[in-house]
Amino acid sequence: MSATTRKLTSGLFSGISGLAAALIVAALAVIIGDAVAGGWSKLSWEFFTGEPTEGMTAGGIFPAIWGTTVLTLMMTVAVMPVGVMTAIYLHEYAPVQSRLAAAVRVAVQNLAGVPSIVFGLFGLGFFIHFLGEGMDRALGGELRYGQPGLLWASLTLAVLTLPVVIVATEEALRAVPTDLRNASLALGATKSQTLWRIVLPGATPGILTGAILAVSRGAGEVAPILLTGAAYFLPELPSTINSQFMHLGYHTYVLATQSPDVEATRPLLYGTVLVLLMLTFTLNFVAVLLRSRTRSRANA
Amino acid sequence: MSAAINLESAPRPKMQARGLSIYYANKLAVKDLSLDITEKQVLALIGPSGCGKSTFLRALNRMNDLIPAARHTGEVLLDSANIYDRGVDVVELRRRVGMVFQKSNPFPKSIFENVAYGLRIAGMNDRAELAVRVERSLEQSALWDEVKDRLGDSALALSGGQQQRLCIARALAIEPEVVLMDEPASALDPLSTAKIEDLIHELKARYTIVIVTHNMQQAARVSDQTAFFFMGEMVEVGPTAKMFTTPTNRRTEDYVTGKFG
Amino acid sequence: MRILADSSPRLAPRPTPKRRWQLREKLIEGAITAVAFSGVLAIGLILIFVAKEAVPLFVDPEALKEVSLSKLFLPQVLKPGKPATFVWQPVSDIPKVSLIPLFIGTLKVSVVAMLIAAPLGVLAALFTSELAPRKLREWLKPTIELLAGVPSVVLGFFALMVLATLFQDTFGLTYRLNALVAGVALSLAIVPVVFTVAEDALTAVPRSYREASLALGATRWDTAWRVVLPAAAPGVLAACVLGLGRAIGETMVVLMASGNASIVSPHLTDSTRTLSATIAAEMGEVVVGSPHYGLLFFIGVQLFAITFVLNLLAGAWTRRVVRRLGGKV
Ligand SMILES: Nc1ncnc2c1ncn2[C@@H]1O[C@H](COP(=O)(O)OP(=O)(O)O)[C@@H](O)[C@H]1O
Ligand SMILES: [Mg+2]
Repeated sequence: MSATTRKLTSGLFSGISGLAAALIVAALAVIIGDAVAGGWSKLSWEFFTGEPTEGMTAGGIFPAIWGTTVLTLMMTVAVMPVGVMTAIYLHEYAPVQSRLAAAVRVAVQNLAGVPSIVFGLFGLGFFIHFLGEGMDRALGGELRYGQPGLLWASLTLAVLTLPVVIVATEEALRAVPTDLRNASLALGATKSQTLWRIVLPGATPGILTGAILAVSRGAGEVAPILLTGAAYFLPELPSTINSQFMHLGYHTYVLATQSPDVEATRPLLYGTVLVLLMLTFTLNFVAVLLRSRTRSRANA
Repeated sequence: MSAAINLESAPRPKMQARGLSIYYANKLAVKDLSLDITEKQVLALIGPSGCGKSTFLRALNRMNDLIPAARHTGEVLLDSANIYDRGVDVVELRRRVGMVFQKSNPFPKSIFENVAYGLRIAGMNDRAELAVRVERSLEQSALWDEVKDRLGDSALALSGGQQQRLCIARALAIEPEVVLMDEPASALDPLSTAKIEDLIHELKARYTIVIVTHNMQQAARVSDQTAFFFMGEMVEVGPTAKMFTTPTNRRTEDYVTGKFG
Repeated sequence: MRILADSSPRLAPRPTPKRRWQLREKLIEGAITAVAFSGVLAIGLILIFVAKEAVPLFVDPEALKEVSLSKLFLPQVLKPGKPATFVWQPVSDIPKVSLIPLFIGTLKVSVVAMLIAAPLGVLAALFTSELAPRKLREWLKPTIELLAGVPSVVLGFFALMVLATLFQDTFGLTYRLNALVAGVALSLAIVPVVFTVAEDALTAVPRSYREASLALGATRWDTAWRVVLPAAAPGVLAACVLGLGRAIGETMVVLMASGNASIVSPHLTDSTRTLSATIAAEMGEVVVGSPHYGLLFFIGVQLFAITFVLNLLAGAWTRRVVRRLGGKV
């Protein structure tokens, strides 16, 4: 092959690979553009604060926003302590070449790959039928916990987002210099004092990043809550942790697939999608910013 | 009568290593070392890099415990009690035997909080008392005049030399009996180095000091005793003046005269 | 310099015995270790409780009348005289429970998705890590990763509202929703997975490899394609395998875009139905404890097993590339 043909083929293939990247970005742009074009005009105070009316062809999406918020908050409360403590174990306490640590790592990796619908089945089989019905029996037979609702859905999502939190927290702990730990220990601090006063404060931005990523992931998941508590339509906001709830993602699904009058629901559908996208993108964006800030500081 | 007088005037060993060997996994890093560390004197550890100085130093306050592969045989005595005895409280030990690291490592906290750290973890919370102790430590480490107006500023904003003196102040705040310093000035400019050396001179009135140094002149300037390490063994120890003028061992002589190292 | 008079009392002169803090430390360490076990517990509980609901299928005499391994996986003669076929029709007078249509649907959709996402993701990763100028790279990576942040229900919506119409109009398709639309939409969900993992593997290749190649007069593309990509090959393969796992398990996209017809058809332009979508679509109406209910969990067990194996494979390959390139885990 002569030098010029080689240059040419190189240029050609470089161009193709660049095109691949451009195509992905373009797809993202089209998705966002379509959502904005279709949903922008729908964004209004009434849309954010109102309820669906007239067979979900008019009104707002407040119950869905509320349900999503409460659900992800409960999920966060459940997942953060467990995720952070697991990462602390892996990075701070596990002995080198610990079997348990290796097992935890493999488990977490595989947990991250379990299909979200299987988490739904798990929530249904374990939380609702096993724990919930067991609790109801123990509490005297009245149906309270043995049904889909906020509590079980949020716990299901907590299991699903556990790997996200663990991975982010471990990265954050890695960024805290060992020197600081040694300095603290040399001053007579115990391991837990060092952890609490030096390591965790240093890792806080990274842990926060993990929390935000988990929220963003949890807020967008529909398949698990499909089986564990999301409701098609509710006249009232959830009042207890056992209540079913409306949800932006599920609402999107419902409006897109179950509507008797596609054209009539279209604006609402687009508005809902746009709100959901804005929510997850904002969260992702904040996480990316936070992370790049911590990374550059760790490398400084 | 005369025996008693002798006993009082003879410098007392604050710490002693007895037949101490330290291994990393199966690699011998310090070999069968016995050494007395005299109270309120400065002992300098010199020798080519990799010869086990830091390893020995870390054995004196059990920082080696944190390295999973490290193990040891032999004893280290502090006031005649073996610090490796089963009943010994490591936390208490490290408060009595403080340490300053090669690379200054202030916490990402304020100047004040850095110095107060050791006191706070020991349970001191009284603001006034903390302030007194912080001031005293900063004065001892000759940093007070430079930082007294900005105690609330981040310690990371200090210069390299100031940071290292802050780390010394931090170690002094909990009033240790022995201070271990691992090449405390190796990363500093000559001016800051001089300041630290002056400081060590002052500190020996109150503290027993062990300093690792790469710099022969520095050892000559600051120390009373010097121990020469070579490939994991302590080749020779003695009064600094003698070590630098008439060492008994040829390897020591070669090293201090700059033939290798 | 001033040394203040020694006023404060020294600490105890001898090493003091261990104190209560050591008990506290042990308790804290124990608690943290116990909690850390929850990851292992979770994966175990998932397997146990998904499998538990599927077990009656194979032991309950009532269920055994409707379900057997041969009914699940082998062609069945439904009407005398007709050839044996595969039919999934769990709700009918005579339930027909062949999983084969669902497997075929899953395969069709996943293959379409992989055929798009694997080359696209790997090439984009190659471009980002090897060819793009630094500025572009710093901007490109988070942007593509943002695609991973798009909820799959939104991708399903997009397929339903935009892609389906576009494809139908362009290719004149009979069915608006079909395996092709679902596969294309699904590729959007897995392209960020392939991209991210592949890009990590490529960046792990030491710079010296590239320098050696460039110093021999190779172009940047030659270096990327002949040196960097082969060196990172196990990692890139892992990226594709992880992508495949995600494709097989992904639910909302296919639920919304595939048309959900459980038919056996070789054509990509026919409607189809996947394993995951079947669970999502039918769990709502099912009677708890019925054979149908057990079947849906049985499908879940299979999804779990497939993705678990794929993940283990991908994990092993990732570790291999790390080891081969002399990095740390
Ligand atoms: N954490 C460690 N793990 C394994 N080997 C070590 C470790 N620290 C030091 N060593 C080895 O022990 C020997 C002595 O090291 P060190 O005490 O740091 O020497 P010095 O301080 O005199 O330069 C060296 O050969 C070094 O490689
Ligand atoms: Mg050293």
